Amino acid sequence: MVASIVSTGLAIGCIYALIGITYNVMFSASRVFSFTAGTLGMLGGVLGALFIARLGLPLVVGFVLVLAAGAVFGIITEIVAVRPVLKSLDQHLYVLSTLALALMVQQYTAIEWGTEARPFPRLFDIARGGFDQQYWLPMLACIVTIVGLELLYRRTLVGHAFLAIAEDTFAARALGLPERRLRMASFALAGVVGGLAGFAGGEMLLAFFGNAPLLTFYGFVPVALGGMGNNRGAVIAGLLLGLFQQSANFLVGGIFASVAVFAVFIIVLLVRPEGLAGASAQRRV
Amino acid sequence: MVTRTAELESRGADLRGASRTIGAVLPFLALLVFGLAFPLFGGGYWGVIATRACVYWVLVAGLNLVVGFAGQLAIGWVSLLTLGAYTTSVLVAGNATPALHPYLALAIAGVVGAIFGLIIGLPALRLRTFYFAITTLGFATIVTQVALAWQSVTGGGVGVAGPIFPRPFDSQWGFYYLCFGLAAVCTWMTLNVAGSRYGRALTAIRDAEVAAEASGIAKPHLLALVFLFSGAVASIAGGLFASLQSYITPDAFTLDLSVLFFIAILIGGHGSILGPLLGTILLTVLPEFAAPLVAWSTFLYAVLLLVIVLAMPGGIAELLDFKNRRPLESGRAIVPRPELLPRLLGGATNAGALTLHQVALAFGGVHAIDGLDLEIRPGQVHGLIGPNGSGKTTTLNVISGYYAQQSGAVKLNGTALPLLERHRRAHLRIARTFQTPRVVRSASVLENVMIGGTIDGEATFVESLLSLPRQRRDEAMLREKAMLALATVGLERLAAVRADRLQHSELRFTEIARALTLRPAFLLLDEPAAGLSAEEIGRLGALIVAIAKAGTGVLLVEHHADLIFDICHHVTVLNLGKMLAAGTPAEIRSHREVVNAYLGG
Repeated sequence: MVASIVSTGLAIGCIYALIGITYNVMFSASRVFSFTAGTLGMLGGVLGALFIARLGLPLVVGFVLVLAAGAVFGIITEIVAVRPVLKSLDQHLYVLSTLALALMVQQYTAIEWGTEARPFPRLFDIARGGFDQQYWLPMLACIVTIVGLELLYRRTLVGHAFLAIAEDTFAARALGLPERRLRMASFALAGVVGGLAGFAGGEMLLAFFGNAPLLTFYGFVPVALGGMGNNRGAVIAGLLLGLFQQSANFLVGGIFASVAVFAVFIIVLLVRPEGLAGASAQRRV
Repeated sequence: MVTRTAELESRGADLRGASRTIGAVLPFLALLVFGLAFPLFGGGYWGVIATRACVYWVLVAGLNLVVGFAGQLAIGWVSLLTLGAYTTSVLVAGNATPALHPYLALAIAGVVGAIFGLIIGLPALRLRTFYFAITTLGFATIVTQVALAWQSVTGGGVGVAGPIFPRPFDSQWGFYYLCFGLAAVCTWMTLNVAGSRYGRALTAIRDAEVAAEASGIAKPHLLALVFLFSGAVASIAGGLFASLQSYITPDAFTLDLSVLFFIAILIGGHGSILGPLLGTILLTVLPEFAAPLVAWSTFLYAVLLLVIVLAMPGGIAELLDFKNRRPLESGRAIVPRPELLPRLLGGATNAGALTLHQVALAFGGVHAIDGLDLEIRPGQVHGLIGPNGSGKTTTLNVISGYYAQQSGAVKLNGTALPLLERHRRAHLRIARTFQTPRVVRSASVLENVMIGGTIDGEATFVESLLSLPRQRRDEAMLREKAMLALATVGLERLAAVRADRLQHSELRFTEIARALTLRPAFLLLDEPAAGLSAEEIGRLGALIVAIAKAGTGVLLVEHHADLIFDICHHVTVLNLGKMLAAGTPAEIRSHREVVNAYLGG
């Protein structure tokens, strides 16, 4: 029993962490939290099921197509919902524009794909057993993403440019960095991560349009608790969230687990609005 | 003579105000008549649609104060509709308690809704926009999940029957009139709030939070009131919704509904009642005209939301705002009338002084101010000059409570001012202006100036909801005082103009008028001459001198050395957070270090 709680909790936690990283990657490049983060996760599952189960494409092709679709959706988000409102960041119009885009995609999915949850194909033809692929796939995806992002940010020139933009947009622009192209690249990257999250967690979450708002919420919890833009914080908070949710699920039942997660989220935020790791106070006058 | 002119002009403004009121009321009267007469020509199914529009509006009217006025992005407000619907239905059905009378159940739902409105809303005080939006969304998800799982009470996925209200409201049209009546009452109440100091304070919090605080508006208190009201009416709308649906399941309360409410307000426009009302009617009715579109309605709402955000953030209200499309006369001059000041500030008796003792504040390793002494005496103008980054504005921010000094004290009449309690400063009659003018751009100049007098109003929130006598007295008093302040700074002709149409210099004088409406004992001016023409600077100087003569102590932070030397009684020169020199203008002008440092000999 404990083993099942731990493996489910960690796997779900990895998905939440990946959505959290999706938020972070977009945030670092634009100072914008986008409601499309959860939508990307949902698309990963639905498109995976569409390409592999319904269209019968080979696994690798389906996988690459899902990631590519995520990247495209990320770029569309940047062009349609972020770039036009960046100038008026103070008015928080981005909250509304990204919400609008997220809802459009979610509704379109509901209409074209259907409103019921459909099964996601088993990716590897191995017998179901103790530590099943539905558990280790999200974990593997999370580890690969973390290692990949670390390598990208620390070892490559593009990664340094990303960090520079995240640190100080104006200074980076003054240095001659192509801010707009880097921002688009960040959104594409976020799209890949979000799509990967949904794909890797497909078997667990199923191909279901309703995953979008759930992932938008549960994926934001690690960001809020781990500190904005802090990927390591997001992973730790995501794993804790997954474990907490699954244990609460087991101990007090499904709904009260949700209520418990929500209550903890609110309380932590009220006590430490800047997250468990992180500090910020800005000049307002 | 001059006072008579001012009176005449203010009477003229009253007349203009009256015609404006009629113009503003007319659309509501038309809707009222239309709504009352609706059963005469509306068929059975249209009756349901009309009732639904009324129910939605009861909720949206309250939410409008939260979203449209206070600017809080409460996306998941459908949770309160759910809560109210289930509370009413369950209490009437007697699933958990003895069965209650529908009205009693509806009233209880209102109370429960008010409490939950407060619980959901309060995080807004601490959280940034997106965080708050997400928490309301999370709450909406969770309420539905609880409704689904708490089978013994809510019936789970099977649902529960909605309440039926007793005669005469049990027939279709009877129920319609019940909902219409409540919708009308909600419209009236929110119109009252919108036209009160509470409504203005909400828009100030939305568009110019620091200015709101400096005018003595306590954001937590105000938002709490609005969340209580908004939660209560949303929950009552839920009870009506349950009755309209006649049977409710958790499926009925999708996020789509929340989006509908939210978008109705955005289509309508920020800080308007008529706009969101039309928006609600539009969004309720629109899908009925295009039956094949029903499945796509949420998709279309989302498209609409995106289009509004990107193309017309002002919404319907801005489209209907004809009077602000008339061109303003060009080449207008601001001619202050300082002689009105004694009447405006009269009675601002003021014995003591505002003093700083060895105040120090460092940001990280940077000493922004480092052991500063300063005394602002009533009736005098104290100049504070220094190069950029010398700590002038920081000093002003410490006095007005935006920063807490790390050592030293700021004292008024010998009593230390509490650290960081910004909105308390207005109660001590300390007013300020800002380097970049902070005004509510969508409100009229007069409304902006009235914000300055917020703390002098006496009516409670409930009194202003119901437009009771004390509320009306408040309004008349604030309006008169604000008009006088506008006449004093020379802007009374622009009173009715929307603030975002003003020129920069006019915004500066608007801020001064707002500060004067507080009848300040001390006035802190942060670079009031920046961006003004030489002529305007001259008039500003005369105005400041007159303000001091009327008894107010003025702290003037400025770069224009000429202005400082012309009008100040006392000047302090800062450099790198330390006092470089202090004395009369004549002393400073001949002070060797000051001249070397930047007066440029």
